Amino acid sequence: METLSLSEKPTVAVTENITGAEAVVKSLIAEGTDTIFGYPGGAIMPVYDALFHYQSELKHVLTRHEQGATHAAQGFARATGKVGVAIATSGPGATNLITGIADAQIDSTPMVCITGQVASPLLGSDAFQETDIVGISMPVTKWNYQITCAEEIPWVMAKAFYIAKSGRPGPVLIDITKDAQFQSFDFEYRKCEKVRSYNPVPKADPLKIKDAAQLINAAKRPFVLFGQGIILSEAEKEFQDFIEKGGLPAAWTIMGLSALDTSHPLNVGMLGMHGNYGPNLLTNECDVLIAIGMRFDDRVTGDLTKYAKQAKVVHIEIDPAEIDKNVKTEVALLGDAKSVLQQLTPLIQDNTHDNWLQQFKDCDAKEKEVVIDNEIAPTSGEMTMGEVIARINKQTNGDAIIVTDVGQHQMMACRYAHFKKSKSNITSGGLGTMGFCLPAALGAKIGAPEREVVAVIGDGGFQMTIQELATIAQTEAAVKILILNNEFLGMVRQWQQLFFDKRYSHTHMVNPDFVAVTKGFGIDAVMVDKRENLDEAVKNFIQSETSCLLEVRVGKENNVFPMVPSGASVAEVRLS
Amino acid sequence: MKKLYTLSIFTENRHGLLHRVTVIFTRRRINIESLTVSESETKGVHRYTIVIESDENHIQKIVKQLEKQVDVIKAFYHKDEETVFQEIALYKVPTHKIANGVKLETLVRNNHARILEVEPDFMIIEKTGHKEETQQLLDALAPFGVMEFVRSGRVSVTKPEKELAAYLQ
Ligand SMILES: Cc1ncc(C[n+]2csc(CCOP(=O)(O)OP(=O)(O)O)c2C)c(N)n1
Repeated sequence: METLSLSEKPTVAVTENITGAEAVVKSLIAEGTDTIFGYPGGAIMPVYDALFHYQSELKHVLTRHEQGATHAAQGFARATGKVGVAIATSGPGATNLITGIADAQIDSTPMVCITGQVASPLLGSDAFQETDIVGISMPVTKWNYQITCAEEIPWVMAKAFYIAKSGRPGPVLIDITKDAQFQSFDFEYRKCEKVRSYNPVPKADPLKIKDAAQLINAAKRPFVLFGQGIILSEAEKEFQDFIEKGGLPAAWTIMGLSALDTSHPLNVGMLGMHGNYGPNLLTNECDVLIAIGMRFDDRVTGDLTKYAKQAKVVHIEIDPAEIDKNVKTEVALLGDAKSVLQQLTPLIQDNTHDNWLQQFKDCDAKEKEVVIDNEIAPTSGEMTMGEVIARINKQTNGDAIIVTDVGQHQMMACRYAHFKKSKSNITSGGLGTMGFCLPAALGAKIGAPEREVVAVIGDGGFQMTIQELATIAQTEAAVKILILNNEFLGMVRQWQQLFFDKRYSHTHMVNPDFVAVTKGFGIDAVMVDKRENLDEAVKNFIQSETSCLLEVRVGKENNVFPMVPSGASVAEVRLS
Repeated sequence: MKKLYTLSIFTENRHGLLHRVTVIFTRRRINIESLTVSESETKGVHRYTIVIESDENHIQKIVKQLEKQVDVIKAFYHKDEETVFQEIALYKVPTHKIANGVKLETLVRNNHARILEVEPDFMIIEKTGHKEETQQLLDALAPFGVMEFVRSGRVSVTKPEKELAAYLQ
């Protein structure tokens, strides 16, 4: 039974009889895909053979590991707003995709993964390189499907793209048996416009929009929290209009970072465990909390039983399952952030909250004195991560896409990098996937070649997907790779120092010579271990026309502050 | 407070969907007390009846996460008093041990059960009812030696506010 509506107009009219493999390629092209990331193998070879004939329409980037293909597809999707595509063979190729799929699921990244599968008569027989990838990926995909006959390819591909990008985006996996790739059939492609069991964009109730406006208008200390929802719905302008009209201080989750200019007077900074002092502390002092396109992750809220209990909560959110999941709302506005804000802003009074905003500024001043100044402008002692990021800001003017890995350097980059444009901060937020950065930066650069792309990576995470240096070299993507080397799994070491009496259990690393290794891959590399050489090195790094690596030796036992200790209330945020 | 809830989940008929549905319970470490799947009154739409022990707060979140699945059309939850439900149980008991006694007839009659089949060696008794009722009969039959016993998952009919068709637009 058909359960989806396909477009009346075929995107591709019936063409001659083609194979399933060619149909996969033609479907990708019909969806507007121009770049895919992947790795070949037995069960996907027919599709690779078809790719050979379409090289001018569809660029394939050969990553050096399937995990790299998923993160590259994610980086591509996050930088462009398009669906990222990764392709792999059956068995180990398919299982290697799982980390990236899980990452895309939790960070709502539109991605379509295509895997080859053993021929359908062999399914279930433990055939060579057979794994039940549909079963394995089920908990971490928005939708998945196994194709066993070629006729299914066009409608399943259309549905896959529609589901991946509509509503709250996410990853979809399509598994295609080898016999289906070989079969021939009459190909016709229609885009998918509706799936009857799926309501991607709920409509906000106009009465509730009025209620929300009333709450916001009556608020003395309103506080806006924004997440990636603003970026995904491309509501940056509507969001700025909203906060400016209401005079509403706004703080971001790391997924929402870059949706609002870092220097905007109402941008009060970062939420969460290593966020800014004011946004954490004052969460428990606001009277109305307006959360937009964010999901109250535990890294943002700390102890939920002591989170914003005094506040009335307005939650603007596209996914009904997020409403009341972690924080009880007063008014829930279901829908796409852009459309909800378009309806809400006209009902908001022109307002300012100067005294309240001043409280954030006071907190800022305190944080600056205790934490920030020492971090971004130290004059003696070991180099800090913050001062390197500050140099990057100076060179890029806040115009770059900053991609980060996971750990201390990630928190430092999110805290101190400047952003003027949206879709410019790409990080693994929900899953915290080390190894994400290098391939994601490659994907971002390929998706947005006109932008400067700076990958900020720790010495630990770099070694998780270091093989993608070869992909960067081969594609000549001018990714700038910054390694902040503290010779430790820094973030874990920080926790060991603070919560495990300094027992540095297996967090120290004897690292390879990163410069030599990188040069071995054919990419220029420089190491800096003295402050007096940093300015010049960062300047050359950013000005380079080609990909290059800059390793900076930073303090080995530096910590990220402020910090909301895990399980504590946001109000217990520590400055040291 | 934890109590029994009946979930009615209407879905597309897709292979693998059962896995997607159960994953939601697995993640939250919830034990499924019983599970029944069949086609609903609408052709092509399947109805899952799942009984779990939970509390109101959790069950609401579970229902939303179920509905979030692309192939799930609609999910509802109900407390026992809000639904009409039944289970069916089959009992296989040795014929000779019971055949001479009047006891059997009384047992069957008193329990509103019925005899489906009588063979020289065994007979099959069927009973529908709530779990406590089918359990009661099982306990009563125990002295005669129950050779096999099976109880189905719960089936339940609820009162959704809208007809299912309204959700299929
Ligand atoms: C794949 C993976 N394994 C383990 C972790 C746990 N973890 C979080 S941060 C961190 C340390 C990262 O060290 P490094 O890459 O050197 O960055 P730093 O914190 O020193 O900046 C680890 C091990 C993780 N997030 N991801």
